[in-house]
Amino acid sequence: MRTRAAKTCHVARPVSQFSTAYSLGSNECVRLQFFSLLSESDNGNLILQGTQVKDVVIKPDAPYTLLLDKHADYIAAYGSKKDDYEYTLSEYLRMSGIYWGLTVMDLMGQLSRMNRQEIIEFTKSCQHDCGGISASIGHDPHLLYTLSAVQTLSLYDSINVIDVDKVVDYVKGLQQEDGSFAGDKWGEIDTRFSFCAVATLALLGQLDVINMDKAVEFVLSCMNFDGGFGCKPGSESHAGQIYCCTGFLSITGQLHQVNADLLGWWLCERQLPSGGLNGRPEKLPDVCYSWWVLASLKIIGRIHWIDKAKLRNFILACQDEETGGFADRPGDMVDPFHTLFGVAGLSLLGDEQIKPVNPVFCMPEDVLQRIGLQPDLLS
Amino acid sequence: SLPPPTIPAGTRLEPTTFGVMSSFYEVLVKCLGHLTSNSINCYLMCLFFYFRDRKEWADLEPVPQDDGPNPVVKIAYSEKFTDVFDMFRALLKNDEKSERAFALTAEAIDLNAANYTVWHYRRVLLQALDKDLREEMNYVTAIIEDQPKNYQVWHHRRMVVEWLNDPSEELQFVAEILSQDAKNYHAWQHRQWVMQEYKLWDGELEYVEELLEEDVRNNSAWNQRHFVINHTSGYSDSSILDREVQYTLKQIKKAPHNESAWNYLNGILQDGGLSSYPGLLEQVTELQDTCSSPYLTAFLVDLYEDALETNSSSYDQQEMLSKALELCKFLAEEKDTIRREYWNYLSRSLQNTYGSGDPVSASSDPPPPPSSSQQPDMEPSDP
Repeated sequence: MRTRAAKTCHVARPVSQFSTAYSLGSNECVRLQFFSLLSESDNGNLILQGTQVKDVVIKPDAPYTLLLDKHADYIAAYGSKKDDYEYTLSEYLRMSGIYWGLTVMDLMGQLSRMNRQEIIEFTKSCQHDCGGISASIGHDPHLLYTLSAVQTLSLYDSINVIDVDKVVDYVKGLQQEDGSFAGDKWGEIDTRFSFCAVATLALLGQLDVINMDKAVEFVLSCMNFDGGFGCKPGSESHAGQIYCCTGFLSITGQLHQVNADLLGWWLCERQLPSGGLNGRPEKLPDVCYSWWVLASLKIIGRIHWIDKAKLRNFILACQDEETGGFADRPGDMVDPFHTLFGVAGLSLLGDEQIKPVNPVFCMPEDVLQRIGLQPDLLS
Repeated sequence: SLPPPTIPAGTRLEPTTFGVMSSFYEVLVKCLGHLTSNSINCYLMCLFFYFRDRKEWADLEPVPQDDGPNPVVKIAYSEKFTDVFDMFRALLKNDEKSERAFALTAEAIDLNAANYTVWHYRRVLLQALDKDLREEMNYVTAIIEDQPKNYQVWHHRRMVVEWLNDPSEELQFVAEILSQDAKNYHAWQHRQWVMQEYKLWDGELEYVEELLEEDVRNNSAWNQRHFVINHTSGYSDSSILDREVQYTLKQIKKAPHNESAWNYLNGILQDGGLSSYPGLLEQVTELQDTCSSPYLTAFLVDLYEDALETNSSSYDQQEMLSKALELCKFLAEEKDTIRREYWNYLSRSLQNTYGSGDPVSASSDPPPPPSSSQQPDMEPSDP
């Protein structure tokens, strides 16, 4: 359908609103939705004012009920199949993969199906002399995998199998002069690492070892004109970074520094007509943003600004009825990462079949209660 | 290193024919050009001349993957992957710093460019062997072009630029990557780092305008616009601010349903206040006649709210409030129903803060405290 800019007229009253779907090549999932407004000009002619919205169209036969048993089976079997090229390739993030799998199983009440002893041994063997923990044996330590390891051991209430003091030293040693945190000794700076640092230390009860004021100052310097946060000062606002920064500010008791209305508006703007959430303007929805955006909204007390029914619908459509698991968007291939964030998103939306999840740590609330951690949330 | 071998099309390829990996791929591409790159890669795996069979590697004992005392899962590796990474582990174990180790990191990266340990090792070798960093720039350029959304490759490039202390190719390179994906977050980060570190601000505003010509909805480009101006002229000069407001309104006229442009307009006027900018209300209201967009309506609400907040004498306060409430209702009920909760919240806030009469609550809100009174100087908040 062709659209053209409306000619000048004195009054343009929207008469009706409708959409048309087009397919882009062979990918049936992704279509451009045209939202058109029919307007009536002074002289009674109808004019079309078209505008494109990048989004997906959920097919009528997409899953609409929650298939928890299938997801539990999927995660329990992950990595034990023969043709596991994907599993091999993802060795460099194995520690995070374990955290994703364990957390989603715990949220579904199926933690007992995972190999507790083997996982604990594996995690322990990934701690290096410097105290940092690597993704897998033989890999270099990194803050990302240090956090995942600490989260995993917290789930299993086995934090003392590693040298906790050395972990604390490692994290402390990564703080830079400007308050930021490097991911590892090679010095990549990113607000993700600020979050990893304080989340790790909070779980270990040792937040006070770092220069808190400087750390906060750096994160706040990453706040943008739209209220969002990027990875470094000046970087574009991005939902993933916003999650890390609001999580950081929650842990450090600095949420009052956030402009909650402005940021909340930016976050609820991520919701597209399909109900799914994207990560920044003019991007496609992805189920992992159901976590990054939703958890951020929960932290700043504005989760009700999302249309929950539509989002739930989108998340459920991302399930694979045959294999179990969730994909980034309906019809794509599943993986443990999106499976965790789909289930965690549903938990935040209030699904009673899933355990309550903590929006800051992305861990079951009961685990954090056991540890005694209740990070601030705005109301 | 051996020159790339040439073989006639249709030749049967044997594993021992070729000594060096990289030329192998070139040959295959020539012979099997009609296949997809995925098929070629599969074929490649079958024909690979394993390191364990190469005589110049015979002195090293390959180290198999160690999954700990109780392997978490049984892993099925591909043969080639196993071969390369077993050899990699052997080199790491011996802390070997040699040319062959350096060559192997390229193989490992080719198989899995996300493996950060391999990149670390390569950096150690670059320094230990005093390798030609210009060649390394060529290498990382090729890898990034192939896999532009990988953290490690960009970080590696940044390290090489720092070691060379030469940013002269960077803006051109990033522009090339952005021409393939104008929103690549890593590419933008790298660009911002280069510009700040080496003070390369010239011409960037023009570049941003080019990108916005191509796609006026490119949020990254709008962000970059803000970044450049912030670090050069700033927005406090009224001629700069005027220029930016007019530029943004012009883009909005072209495509009114553009979140980025409206966010930008809102952002640059925050300090001064939306209602204080002369003529803005008129310009936006005029736009309303010809363009219809929830963002425009939302912007008007923000403007009215600002007029109320600053108690501006230029506006009739009652009119501001009633118009704002009317628009919130319109958005909640018709224009932007998916965000009705937000519009209803805003409506209640405005009503409670600037209206007269009893405080308004949502049905789900707790009852307001009995001592609440009008406090127009405070931020509106949900009772």
